[in-house]
Formats: sequence, structure tokens, C-alpha cells
Amino acid sequence: MADFEPKIVAFVCNWCTYAGADLTGTSRIKYASNVRIIRFPCTGRIDYMLLLKAFDEGADGIMVSGCHPNDCHYTSGNFHARRRWIMFRSLCDFMGIDIRRIIFSWVSAAEGARWADIVNTTVASIRELGPYDEYRKIAAKPIMEVENHG
Amino acid sequence: MSKIGVFVCHCGENISSTVDCAKVAEAAGKYDGVTFSVAYKYMCSDPGQTIIKNAIAEKGLTGVVVASCSPRMHEPTFRKACAEAGLNPYMCEMANLREHCSWVHEKGEETTQKAIDLVRVLVEKIKYNHSLNPIKVPVTKTALVIGGGIAGIQASLDIANTGHKVILIEKDPSIGGHMSQLSETFPTLDCSQCILTPRMVEVAQHPNITLYTYAGLESLEGFIGNFKAKIRKKSKSIDEKICTGCGLCITKCPNKKIPSEFNEGLGNRTAIYVPFPQAVPNKPVIDRIHCTYYTKGKCRICEKVCPTQAIRFDQEDQIVEAEIGAIVIATGFTVKQPDFFPEYGYGKYPDVITGLQFERLASASGPTLGEIRRPSDGKIPQKIVFVACAGSRDQAKGIPYCSKICCMYIAKHAMLYQHKVHSGKSYVFYMDIRAGGKMYEEFVRRAIEDDGVNYIRGRISRIYEKNGKLIVNGADTLLNAMPVEIEADMVVLATAGVANEGAEELAQKLHVSYDPYHFFAEAHPKLKPVETNTAGIFLAGACQAPRDIPESVAMASGASAKVAGLFSQDELTREPLIAVVNRQPAPVYSSCVGCFLCISACPYQAIEKEELRNRNGDLIRSVAKVNPGLCQGCGTCVAFCRTKSIDIQGYTHEQVYSEVMALFNEF
Repeated sequence: MADFEPKIVAFVCNWCTYAGADLTGTSRIKYASNVRIIRFPCTGRIDYMLLLKAFDEGADGIMVSGCHPNDCHYTSGNFHARRRWIMFRSLCDFMGIDIRRIIFSWVSAAEGARWADIVNTTVASIRELGPYDEYRKIAAKPIMEVENHG
Repeated sequence: MSKIGVFVCHCGENISSTVDCAKVAEAAGKYDGVTFSVAYKYMCSDPGQTIIKNAIAEKGLTGVVVASCSPRMHEPTFRKACAEAGLNPYMCEMANLREHCSWVHEKGEETTQKAIDLVRVLVEKIKYNHSLNPIKVPVTKTALVIGGGIAGIQASLDIANTGHKVILIEKDPSIGGHMSQLSETFPTLDCSQCILTPRMVEVAQHPNITLYTYAGLESLEGFIGNFKAKIRKKSKSIDEKICTGCGLCITKCPNKKIPSEFNEGLGNRTAIYVPFPQAVPNKPVIDRIHCTYYTKGKCRICEKVCPTQAIRFDQEDQIVEAEIGAIVIATGFTVKQPDFFPEYGYGKYPDVITGLQFERLASASGPTLGEIRRPSDGKIPQKIVFVACAGSRDQAKGIPYCSKICCMYIAKHAMLYQHKVHSGKSYVFYMDIRAGGKMYEEFVRRAIEDDGVNYIRGRISRIYEKNGKLIVNGADTLLNAMPVEIEADMVVLATAGVANEGAEELAQKLHVSYDPYHFFAEAHPKLKPVETNTAGIFLAGACQAPRDIPESVAMASGASAKVAGLFSQDELTREPLIAVVNRQPAPVYSSCVGCFLCISACPYQAIEKEELRNRNGDLIRSVAKVNPGLCQGCGTCVAFCRTKSIDIQGYTHEQVYSEVMALFNEF
């Protein structure tokens, strides 16, 4: 899988991780270019159906990142995101979605180097896992077809 | 049909050195709905903005995507440019090609491809943007200043002098902060108290300032212009209105052996006390942890001797609620307690002291009345060693930063010592001398050349006691690391300046960010040094980083100017990026089913129940309604909503889903 370039989308909050990634830029720390950031006001805003949508559309890996616990710009959005993630994680696991492909992290506005680090480890681990063809195989089948075979 | 313009910025060479900007503009031009695309050297410059404005006017653009730096940097600039050209500012989005792409990746195909992807995502998003109008909110013209050190005092006076009300809260029984503890100040050697105490009195007497000492912030709600603060006034156990400050209780208090915080433990105080003679307010408080009545249940001598019966043993903490428009944080710093240097023997040898303790020894109001005497036996030390960077600039101690003030105060200490003990010899062990500042370098040179202080470049490895002397082992790195041994009578450690212990907790109460060392983080290191990321909350003094007095005062005045600017407006305009519950024509009214999960999720109590009634006034059903004045736009309710009836402007379902779908079109 050495030449495989994973497609990763990152859902991040505006106040911590987005700003942290800005700091990575201002500090000129280089990292892998496989990640595309989509900005949200808060991790609490992130509807986890979006994660499934991203897999649907062809993502090999997904990152969700926001403020550290207690540091949420909106007091508690990241706590809601965390609780939701715990539930969603078990649901994904149950459904057969590879939860190793969803990386949840906290990166503060001061942790530019940490963001680069997390991106690089994520890209490396997703590269190891290979393209997420399994999901696309399940998802590509119309529902009727699955039922007929079932 | 959308007519979208894409404007790709080279940012000089910041973007164009790794991203092929022309290619990005060309690719963007081919996307559906994009009718204009161009690359230019500096989009944020005047000619750059003119390109955008002209394109809006000439091509009749309905949306603008600027692909340049972070929206956290220039979003307001470009939105304003759009507004000037007659396009709703919320029809402008920014793709972050600089911080998130060109600066973090090497030059190449992938980097340019990433830039194209980032632009495409926003082109698709903007198709679902709506024109939005800013929300107007009123401004409460009262400022809250937290911390009554020199920064807090200066900020309070400056704001109060603009004619606005100020509430100043201070955790200690008196305002004054660290500056009141200092003997003389560098680089002029003028007496600290002489310049500070008139200011303290001015604060107490100013008609616009309400001073709460022995008080702290309990909680804070709301947003810029409309904060609601709860202030806890700790019980002083006296009735301040009746107390005349005669001090009889202090002289009669039997509990006299409590280490004085003001004297850094070098002197004692009583259980009922004022921290220092010039305290403001000059009325005592009872320290309940040490008071015999509170610990053992009897005594009450102060109550018996008080001529005005002002003692109140049963007094309870009081919570004061205040409506606040802006906040200045001026909580200052603390010095790292040097007990984490076992090799220097602080705590083991009484004559190894901190810089702040030396200030008290050198101060005319201190325990020795300004004579330099060692704490152990009261003798005048004949040899004294100053150790710079005790903790600072030391990765191993977890404080890699420079504490900034130490180089200057060590020079001052050595100078004061030489002035007071003419026969004495002083040595300074330093790593580098950092004396950047007006008249600072000259001051250090004066210590070395005129007062004969011996500066030795090198570090101390160990301090131990032998025959009543402190043996200081070090190395002189300018003499090829030659070992140096000095038999000293006293050692002063310039310990690192660190954030206050409760800084993290306060930051969480105020929703401001802090750096890895728990100093409060400014909004921009260069251009917004006194602002925080939370609108309406400003910083002054050493709570942001180690600062000396002139800098703290300058910051305080800067923060005050920001507050005054805010208070010059009667109404504030706020970003309309808030949640809304959908509304449809009858008979549907709204897809909200009234589960009100959103009410419990909202951290701002911004969602309320609304009863929908028909023409006859009959209740149809209850649905959620967002109060636009309270909503801060976090969107937590959006993710909670089971029927997708609530949406957040600027990050709607349509927008974020189209972003994800657009991303993987080509990625």
C-alpha cells in the first residue's frame, strides 16, 4: 500500500482546531497533504450522519477535532460531541464500519505542532489500512439487491 | 443560477511559491456556476479589493470565493469589500490556501490539487448561502476589571475617566498587587509605593469605580456588551461601613505568628489584619483559617476591643450580580516557588531566598525596614550571590520561556545592595543579559561599571552550607567553563514568573483560551495583543505573559481604549450566524415536533417554547424558538434535532453536505 494516497476529510471546530491548524501554517510545519479541512462553528454542530456521507462519497478516513474538554468556546459543545461520538462509535462498530478510520482528537489553538503530528499519524495509519473499498462495496449495492441476496 | 466569482491570491509568494495559483483559478473557472475567476498578487490590497468590487458590479456576481489566507485573518476585510460593492457580505466565503495549504506542504501537484479542492468545496457551499443581516444588540456601559494590581488599577482609572462605570474586583484584602511589594523600580530607582499608592487612593475615591476587595468572579454568562457576572464577596468578618480602620483590633489580636503574604513569609501578621500600612481599603479582614475563634471556638478579643462594634463573626459570603458590557482581565502572575530546586537548597537554608523576598528586605516598609539582613541571624551579608534564570529558560523544569523581568531586577537588587552595604561584594550568575527597553541596558551597565557588581556568565550546579556560609558551586563559561566557588552569606534566586494557580479555572469561566503555560492567550500575537478570542474580553499585564510595569501599564491603557471604543456605541452589530427553527405556511407551520431536546442542549438558554395558535387563538402545538439575542451560533442544537427542523445560518445542512459531496467529486 506504499503508493496509496488516502483521502481524508477533517471536520474541525472554528475556535480550537481550525485555529490550531492555522498555527501549524504560521509556524511553517510541514505535514501530509491528504487531509481536507471543513470548518464548523463547534464540534457540537457536527451531525455524525455527515461522517457516513463522507464515507459514502469516497473518504478513506475521517478526522473530527475540536477544543480540549473544558475549553469549548461555547462551554459544552465538545462534551456533546464526545458523548455522541461514544454512541456513534459503537453503532458504527455494530454496523461493520471500520472505526479505526475515524480519528477523534482534541487540538487547541496553541497546538500547531500537535495538529501536524495527528494528521501525519492519521495519514500513516489510513495508508496502512488501505482504501476503504469494503464500505463502497456495501454502499454501492441498491437496497433491493442486498435484500434479494440476504 | 449562481454567478460565482473566484479570486485566487498569490499572497506575494506565500501561496504562489508552492501552489500554482493560475492553475487554481483556471480549474475554478470551469466549475458549474462560476462565471469569473482570476489570480492576483495581493487580493487584500486596495487594487486586489477593487478587482473583486469591479467583478461584482460588472459581472453581477451573486457569490464570491476568495482563495487566500485564513478566514480568521481576512474574512472581515473581504466581506466588507463585498458589502461596499453591493453584495451581501455573507455571500462571501474564503478558502484557506495559505495556512492550511501552501505553508504546510511542499511545492507540487498534490499541493495545487489540494488548493483546487478547497476552492471547489466553497464554490459548492456558497450556492446555498443566503443573504443575512447583522443583529443589533444593546451595550451595557459598565466594565468589569478582574485584578487590582498595577494593570487593573490603570485599566480601571482609564475606563472610569472616559465617564463609564467600572467594577474592580481583587482577591486580596487590598489592591496594589505585586507592585506594592517592590522596593524600588528599574530603571529609575524610584520608590514603587510612592508612585503606586496615589493611584490606589484614586481608585478608591473615583466616583465611577466600585471596588470589591477580597472578592472573586463566581460565574459569567452572556456575550459582548451583555455579560452577567456573579461576584463572590468573601466574608471579611467586619462591617466595612462601621469600621473606621483604627487598627486597635490588630494590635490586640493574640495570634501574631502568621507568616505575612505581603512580606513573602519574612515577617508575621495577625489573624485580623491589613496586608500593609498603605492598603486600600485600609480596613482589616479576619483570616478565618488562622483566627483562634474560628479554629478553636473562643477568643473574640477583637470584638471586645473594637470601639465601633464592627466585628461580625457570623458574616457570610455575599454574591453580587452585575450587568457588564466588557471585561478586562488583569490577574497578573506569580513567581514559581523555588522548592523545585533541591540543588539550590531553598527551604533548607533560610538564607537562600527569592527575588520577591529580597524586594521585601530592601523595602523601607519591609520586615527589616529596608536594611539588607539575612533571614537566619539578622546579620548584614557581606557576600551575596544572585542566580538568574532560576527555572526560566529551562526545558527540564518545564519553563522554556524567558521570564523577562529578572535580568533587570537582578541588576536593581545588586545595585540596591551595593548602595546599602558599601563593603559588600555581589555576584550575578547569568545565562544572557536581556535588557531590551528604554534605559535598560544603560541601567545594567551602571550596575556593572559604577557599582562594581561582578557578573559571571555561567550556571550554578549546587549550593550547600559549610561553617555558616553558603558555598555556591558554579562555572564561568567565558573562562572555558572554569569552576567557580563562592562563599556567600546569602543567595537570591530569580525564580521564573509563572501563571497564577487559578488561571486555567478563570479562563474556563470566561471562555477565553490560554497557552500551554496557562497564561491567557491574546487574539493575535502582534495585531491584537490586548484582545482575547472572546469578544468583549480584554487582557492587561502579566496574566498574558511575563511583563514589567511599563508594559503592564501600556497594555492596561490599550485594553481601556478598546473598552472605551466598545462603549462609544449604543448598539453593537453581531454576526447573524445563529440557529433558526424553520417556519412553513399553515397547516404545517414548522417541522419541529416539540421534543425540546434542543432546550436541554443549548448552553445559553437561547431556545424557548413558542405556542403556535390559529386565528381563533386555539393552541395548535408548541415548537422551539431561538432567541437571536442570546444564541451564540454553536450549532449544538442542530446536531441534536431529530427532525432537522433547526438549522444554523452559515453552516446549514445544505451547506455542509454540499461541501462534503463537492470535496469527493474529484478528490
